[in-house]
Amino acid sequence: MSEPSENRLLPQPTEDSQPFWDALKAHRLDLQTCGDCGALRHYPRPVCPECHSMAVTWTTASGLGSVHSWTVSYQAFHSAFQDCLPIILATVDLEEGVRMNCRLDGVDPEKIEIDLPVEVAFEDVNDEVTLPVFRPRASTGDA
Amino acid sequence: MDTLKDKCCVTGIGETAYTRGCNKSPTALQMEASLAAIADAGLTPKDIDGVIPFFAGSAVAEDFITNFGIEDLRYSVTAPMGGASCVAAIQSAAAAITAGIATHVLLPLGRTGYSGTRAPARVAAFPQFRIVGEFEMPYGAVAPVQLYAPMARRHMEIYGTTSKQFAEISVTTRDHAILNGNAVMTKPITIEDHQTSRMISDPFRLFDCSVESDGGAAIVISGADRARDMRQKPVYVMGVAEGHPDSPSAITQRPDLTVLGLAKAAPRAFEMAGVGLDAIDVAEIYDCFTYTVLCQLEDMGFCAKGEGGGFVEDGALGLDGRLPTNTHGGLLSQSHMAGMNHIVELARQLRGDAGSAQVPDAEVGLVTGYGDMGDGSIAIMRR
Ligand SMILES: [Zn+2]
Repeated sequence: MSEPSENRLLPQPTEDSQPFWDALKAHRLDLQTCGDCGALRHYPRPVCPECHSMAVTWTTASGLGSVHSWTVSYQAFHSAFQDCLPIILATVDLEEGVRMNCRLDGVDPEKIEIDLPVEVAFEDVNDEVTLPVFRPRASTGDA
Repeated sequence: MDTLKDKCCVTGIGETAYTRGCNKSPTALQMEASLAAIADAGLTPKDIDGVIPFFAGSAVAEDFITNFGIEDLRYSVTAPMGGASCVAAIQSAAAAITAGIATHVLLPLGRTGYSGTRAPARVAAFPQFRIVGEFEMPYGAVAPVQLYAPMARRHMEIYGTTSKQFAEISVTTRDHAILNGNAVMTKPITIEDHQTSRMISDPFRLFDCSVESDGGAAIVISGADRARDMRQKPVYVMGVAEGHPDSPSAITQRPDLTVLGLAKAAPRAFEMAGVGLDAIDVAEIYDCFTYTVLCQLEDMGFCAKGEGGGFVEDGALGLDGRLPTNTHGGLLSQSHMAGMNHIVELARQLRGDAGSAQVPDAEVGLVTGYGDMGDGSIAIMRR
């Protein structure tokens, strides 16, 4: 399996999401956090759905999560992903309580199950963009 | 409380030929379907004073004004809810007519889903997919099938739902398309054919997916007082509602991936209609994928959450089954007309004009829409 080619659909950050993408470049997964009530949210947005505050801070996530659901795609639907089929797309519950869709790598599709422990890694696509990717946790023991 | 119950009727229906390959523009296809629906209603194009174009279609209200020579268009909105748009537009049309804003409202749809732009590029252009575009497409989640699949997978893992149960829906729907006479898929298939069809995005195989196709479909909605004197037997809108899940497009924002906006809309529509599930003789259920039918059956309450797999077994959705469903062949086998073809078919069934797919003595039926990964809409109608 090779990496997706560079002509992929790269994110177009907005004023609301720029800090999220900037953090990824520094290999951090940062979650938008309400400046008033402290509720975490992902994806980034201007208003806290809990208390409707527009005050924003950011919290660096542990990068640990578990699989909520997933799909294994055998068709690319975009030329950028043609050479890395099949692609595993996972819906991941982060330990911080938010959910995100992301690529899952380094696992046999047959071995995926709900609650599979995963951790984030960072893929530097180019000088401008780093994307998160999840992998099974290196160690899930009682360390 | 005064509601929209029985205030309006479907008074005209129209369809073009459904094909895979065509040399007509999407605009021409929806004009052709619209003219057919208007003629079916016994109206002329200039009688139309309201239009609700499909939100992502090629034609806007101005096209209907200029093509039909409408001198006083009084009402035009759109319902940007993906595949839930067409049925949600019935609610909007009925509200406008009941309020006296418009008299005859046209709901047109035309698309070249096969010959023109395919689903991934179409969907990427929807404003409501901005979040998916920024936060999911870069990872490879480019097509709707890749976002519906995790919902189905979760349902399978939690409730034990199987691909063979999806196949039941696929096969039954194909059987109905074959009876229709205007369907793009006309070859019988078996459970085995489904189980050996190409895996697209697990758990969805090719035969779990709807068919990209070219064509147009349209309906006319008019006030019940006028409908009684119009050309066709009126089909009354008894109850209608739309419902939005906690996040329609971004599936990560939903507490439960297996519950849709329809779960909120259906109780409202049934309450308005004043009937229960047992009154439903025929159901046209939005079927962009097999699983979406199963999930909506649960969300409407035909069975409990998690029991949809068992419900659809043994031909339950066939013409002789307990709930004849998608009697025209649906999006899975007739044509992907974003569910406008489902409304056309329900009207046909309730008029008693559904030919060899007619459910005997169908009095009350329902049609659903489902779009943007979870928006829902429903209309309950009677003859
Ligand atoms: Zn807050």
